[in-house]
Amino acid sequence: MKKEGQIRIPAGCAIAAVISKDGNRMTGEAIIDAMRPMHARSNGLGGGFAAYGIYPQYRDFYAFHLFFDNRAVRKDCEAFLKERFELVHAERIPTRQTPAITDEPMIWRYFAAPLQSAVAAMQVDEKEYVMRAVMEINTRLPGSYVFSSGKNMGSFKAVGYPEDVGAFYRLEDYEGYCWTAHGRYPTNTPGWWGGAHPFSLLDYSVVHNGEISSYDANRRFMEMFGYKCTLQTDTEVITYILDYLVRRQGLTLKEAAAVIAAPFWSTIEHKADARERETAAFLRKVFPSLLITGPFSIVLGFSGGLMALNDRLKLRSMVVGEQNDKVFIASEEAAIRVMAPDVEKIWAPAGGEPVIVRVKEGAY
Amino acid sequence: MERINAYGLDFKALNEKLRQAETNCAMENCCGQRFLAAGMADTTLSISGVPGNALGAYLNGAQITVNGNAQDAVGDTMNAGRIVICGSVGDAVGYAMRGGEIFVRQNAGYRAGIHMKAYRDKVPALVIGGRSGSFLGEYQAGGRIVVLGLHTDGKPIVGNFPCTGLHGGKVFLRGSLRGVRFPPQVNVMPAAAQDLAEIEPLVNTFCALFSLDTAEILGVPFTVVTPNHENPFRQMYVAN
Repeated sequence: MKKEGQIRIPAGCAIAAVISKDGNRMTGEAIIDAMRPMHARSNGLGGGFAAYGIYPQYRDFYAFHLFFDNRAVRKDCEAFLKERFELVHAERIPTRQTPAITDEPMIWRYFAAPLQSAVAAMQVDEKEYVMRAVMEINTRLPGSYVFSSGKNMGSFKAVGYPEDVGAFYRLEDYEGYCWTAHGRYPTNTPGWWGGAHPFSLLDYSVVHNGEISSYDANRRFMEMFGYKCTLQTDTEVITYILDYLVRRQGLTLKEAAAVIAAPFWSTIEHKADARERETAAFLRKVFPSLLITGPFSIVLGFSGGLMALNDRLKLRSMVVGEQNDKVFIASEEAAIRVMAPDVEKIWAPAGGEPVIVRVKEGAY
Repeated sequence: MERINAYGLDFKALNEKLRQAETNCAMENCCGQRFLAAGMADTTLSISGVPGNALGAYLNGAQITVNGNAQDAVGDTMNAGRIVICGSVGDAVGYAMRGGEIFVRQNAGYRAGIHMKAYRDKVPALVIGGRSGSFLGEYQAGGRIVVLGLHTDGKPIVGNFPCTGLHGGKVFLRGSLRGVRFPPQVNVMPAAAQDLAEIEPLVNTFCALFSLDTAEILGVPFTVVTPNHENPFRQMYVAN
């Protein structure tokens, strides 16, 4: 079977998310149920979830989730990690055997703190250090793949339908204040475990419905800054772009959204507010290579919040609902109705209009 | 009237049930099942819950009422019949519609009426009570789209790039066009008496369905958008 990287896979998919603005924690059951009515949007070749606030006992440590092809590569990878991190805990991620999920790799997690002397020697900050370690494992240690690397959050993904993937990872045993979910429909080739969504780096995770026409232009630009796209699945580059724009360049989420889903020049020209016009034009001129063209609806998860965004032409559907402390996002309203049957405030954001939700400070 | 409980049924099982049901039925607990009533001719169906994408695709005469919102591609390639949505619809309502009527009480998403067409006595109609998203009537080739602007959230009656690629049919917009820009390839004119006569039966039906006052609706000026045959769309994307 050819993996991604040997063949490229465009995808049409389902996404969903729920977040509590008060930081109330929920098990994974609600988000799994939300994916059920959208079953037909996936084809069983990829499903996954990202959960925030699930590791409070290890909140100060980076939680690395890894796939290993075999025991030998795990040993090599652990040696690599031990040279760079203090590992406070290592374990297999608990799974439930189910006929719906087969051929699983070895799935481990490590809670780790960077060795401060090594961080100092590299003359970078801690997050940059972790990001470089992740890139190094994913490019230089074949058979090892870091699929989650943030603090107090984790991605869980597999080949299968999302509802089966959720059961496989026992997500009912986790409690988070924010969950995102993805059901995959790769259309050209077999899917594999690493190619499932979410795509995570540090505490950023992205689930994506769509297909990026500008993938190669985006990928080449990002490689200049040390981001190596090892999976050749378009979504991977969105995660790296957002890490680059928000963490490294210090853009706000709204500004980052205006870069990747930039308004048309004709739309910018007719903006009434002069400052808005200038800002939009400035962002387009400074980051032309990071405009993402083609259809997408994405949910970006991060510590303490999420952002939902459609491409500027809105070539994919996305609905948002709000009730009490919770905000819901999904490809279809039906998925939101599963989580909140009588929600009244429900709307479809315009293309390129980000929906940013933050948890109250101190509540996560 | 026969009741159908949609709970827990996938789209295939639910459609099968609908096809075997009486010609007058009420579906309850609908949650995202697709293709409901696709191609059906003789049924009268009311739906509670949220029907899935492509509700009434290829509809051929059936009457469907949705008591809340509906999702994407309602009435895709619909041929005849009527679909009534008491809430809002998602994107691409009336996609490639070629006959019949769709009435939406509230708002429509992007690309409402895309590729709508007409042929002789087949003149499809799409009436949207509130506002519509961007690309309304994109590539429209025939039929009538009416947007009444009865929404109250202060947003423009239609989003960006309305009537892009429009080369047939008519779009009617009621009231203010504040914030709306049209491409130069279409004519935007105040609707004359003969234009209004075309949509009066549609407005009457809309008002009857949703208990509104026809005189009040028609008492506000309409704008009509038609293709500009002096300056038609050509080579929109590629020079070939």
